Amino acid sequence: MQIWLRALAVPVLFAGGVAPLQTRIDAQTQSVAREEEELLLRSGRLLRKLSLGYESLLADVYWTRAVQYYGRKRVGHDPHFDLLASLLDLTTTLDPHLVVAYRFGAIFLAEPPPRGAGRPDLAAEFIHRGIAANPDQWRLWADLGFLYYWDLKDYAKAADAYLEGSRQPGAHPWMKAMAARIAQQGGSRQTSQLLWSELYDSTADPNIRRNAFEHLQTLKAEEDAEQLEKIVHEYQVRFAATPTSVGDLVRAGLLPSSPVDPAGYPYLLGPGGNVLLHPSSPIASDILGSRPR
Amino acid sequence: MTMSLAVAINTFREAVRDRVLYNLIFFALLMIAAAVLVGQISIGIERLVIINLGLTAISVVGLAMAVFIGVGLVYKEMDKRTLDALLSKPIRRWEFLFGKYAGLLLTLAVNTTLMTLGLGTALCYVGRTFSRADASILVAVYFIGLELALVTALALLFSCFSTPMLSAVFTLGLYVGGVFTADIRSLGAMTGSPALGAMGKVLYYLLPNFHNFNAIALAAHGRAVPMSLIAANTAYATAYIAVVLLAAAAILSNRDLK
Amino acid sequence: MASPAIEIENLTKDYRVGFWRKQRRRAVDGLSFTVESAEVFGFLGPNGAGKTTTLKLLMGLIFPTAGTARILGRSIEDVRMHRAIGYLPEQPYFYDYLTARELLDYFARFFGYGAAERRERIARCLKRVGLTAAAEVQLRKYSKGMLQRVGIAQAILHDPEVVFLDEPMSGLDPIGRREVRDIILELKKQGRTVFFSTHILADAEMLCDRVAVLLAGKLKGVGTPSEIVSIAVEGLEVLVEMPDGRALPPALAARATRTGSRYRLEVAEKELYAALEQLRGSDARVLSVAQLKPTLEDYFFELVGRERARAFAVDVSEK
Repeated sequence: MQIWLRALAVPVLFAGGVAPLQTRIDAQTQSVAREEEELLLRSGRLLRKLSLGYESLLADVYWTRAVQYYGRKRVGHDPHFDLLASLLDLTTTLDPHLVVAYRFGAIFLAEPPPRGAGRPDLAAEFIHRGIAANPDQWRLWADLGFLYYWDLKDYAKAADAYLEGSRQPGAHPWMKAMAARIAQQGGSRQTSQLLWSELYDSTADPNIRRNAFEHLQTLKAEEDAEQLEKIVHEYQVRFAATPTSVGDLVRAGLLPSSPVDPAGYPYLLGPGGNVLLHPSSPIASDILGSRPR
Repeated sequence: MTMSLAVAINTFREAVRDRVLYNLIFFALLMIAAAVLVGQISIGIERLVIINLGLTAISVVGLAMAVFIGVGLVYKEMDKRTLDALLSKPIRRWEFLFGKYAGLLLTLAVNTTLMTLGLGTALCYVGRTFSRADASILVAVYFIGLELALVTALALLFSCFSTPMLSAVFTLGLYVGGVFTADIRSLGAMTGSPALGAMGKVLYYLLPNFHNFNAIALAAHGRAVPMSLIAANTAYATAYIAVVLLAAAAILSNRDLK
Repeated sequence: MASPAIEIENLTKDYRVGFWRKQRRRAVDGLSFTVESAEVFGFLGPNGAGKTTTLKLLMGLIFPTAGTARILGRSIEDVRMHRAIGYLPEQPYFYDYLTARELLDYFARFFGYGAAERRERIARCLKRVGLTAAAEVQLRKYSKGMLQRVGIAQAILHDPEVVFLDEPMSGLDPIGRREVRDIILELKKQGRTVFFSTHILADAEMLCDRVAVLLAGKLKGVGTPSEIVSIAVEGLEVLVEMPDGRALPPALAARATRTGSRYRLEVAEKELYAALEQLRGSDARVLSVAQLKPTLEDYFFELVGRERARAFAVDVSEK
């Protein structure tokens, strides 16, 4: 009997005594609230030294931290990604061959808030580092090219990057085609769709894939919107009036049925005849219109 | 050599009966947890993470064993006076020393092999079939083995004249120092003082260069390790170990037992 | 007949003591003596005299500061000579995790015996020391006495020509002591040399052909037990009983010790009859007349001083 009483006392004391006391202390020192936003060490090289030969595993730890940091920010709709660059920097200093980290940085350092840090300059620097450490990874040239194309809208540099990448051993043939295409046409929706699609297929990282998917959806929606606007214009020409809803267009025989966006929600018409997304549609409205024309 | 062999087998038997090998249970659990959870945490780099985790654990566990058993190898026998009866037999002191070394090495070899098998199993579970690139994992394990052999020799050396606590401190100190030798050398060069620069250089060659044996990152990324490095590391380790064991034998042979 | 089994010449051992290791403590000082083949030789002295140190020097566990020693004609630095000697350390401790059989098997391997011969020898030795029943028990569970027996077993396992035993009787009950004594006598009968250290004088007296006495590192005497004892104690002891509480004749009473109605007299041999005459006149009843034999204990009393010898009195009474 005695033994059971004593055995029971341990968890009871813990739950009833130690834990609540700790909560009290935390409330007073506010220590828990602050810990997320700080990085104890910012020097990658120092960290590498301190890891005593186990930097490879530590890189994976920091990579995990970086991904979780990004995830947390997105979930909390927090547009500030101040630590992302540092975390990725530490990761790649510890393991310069962790290619997925460079790719992640290329995209999410460049994407404007709330999707990313909005620092395409940092992203470009980052990729160059990645290329320097991994000259055999031609995909990094593709990521650099995409960066110039999409975020910086510098089509000359983009074409150069794709060209340089196409020269690396093992590069996909489309690199060369892309270089030529961008050099000729600059930015176009079709090119963007190709590139986002290629990016989607090229990685298993869920964040990168989701981002690419959302961009593809948006591009498709824009494409649809363009088409729809042409039909609206038709309607205006024919009936000398502005249609108030998509139903008008259908009834006028200009559309076989009410079209839906890539997420399955019907398109709507605004007061001026412009095409709008359904309010419940999950398609990212924040990146509508960010594509090159 | 039969003398050393007898001592080696007895040393191995002591480790087994001291339940040292139970650390494998912890390792097995770690690998199982990693294999199951890695898919949730890092998609696309499962192989990388498991290899990093596995090799790091093999190295750390092996180091701990090498140091904490190694520092007691000779000291325990001297302290407990078991050496008194033993050395009255027709066995030379260096034969005894070599036997203790071989015994711990055998223990470490068995432990490391089993852990490597566990790592292989975890990799299989994560859905990889083995390819040529995985040979570098074996090389990384081999390098860890060389490292452990060297650390054991150092621990053994200290065990001949120092208490286990101090010996552990010295041995770990040499290990850490050995990881940083390149920095020590460049630090000496950076100061601009010729004396410190020379000292940095001397230390670089004197201290055991453990950073030579780090192939974990290479194995994780499936990159091949050049044969020349394998040969060079083997030769370096062998030479350094020979020096350390010679020193240990010299110390032990001239020492009054308690 | 054969050459000496053990020859010790000017053996000296200094230890450095003190914080700075500057001072020297001389544990063994210029020891020189010989032990002949097939003799049982006792190495006597109080605790701290240097007996264990001497044995360790002979075994090569510690190194002499000066002097040499030879066993069976070979230098003590010759490890191969160890094939022919056996050693029981003081307060033996062996590997906890081994059983007695495993320990003996381990040690037996150093002599190159095949598996069958090892088994046979081990069985024989275990039987000789009475440990057959406990052979599969781990040594961590052994009592001090059992460890002592294992120690003896491993010392004689390989039929050595010379056996060195450091305090072989310590930790043993009277039966155990008797058994060790029997083993020593058996070894002697087999023609082996036995060199053992002890501070139990009665055992030395009973077993040894010769003894050496060590005090504070210095050799005080070597020879047969009777040679050692140089106290010229002669005389006789007379035990007398006085009836009805009467007193002894006064001339004798002064020299007698009394216990109840019994008196004990020490008389010189030539005074015996005179004393008996005096007793005849009184009503004394003579109980016994016996010769006063000097013992090693007496020698120690004189040599070591009463205070230190008191420690031995306890051991002597355990006889």
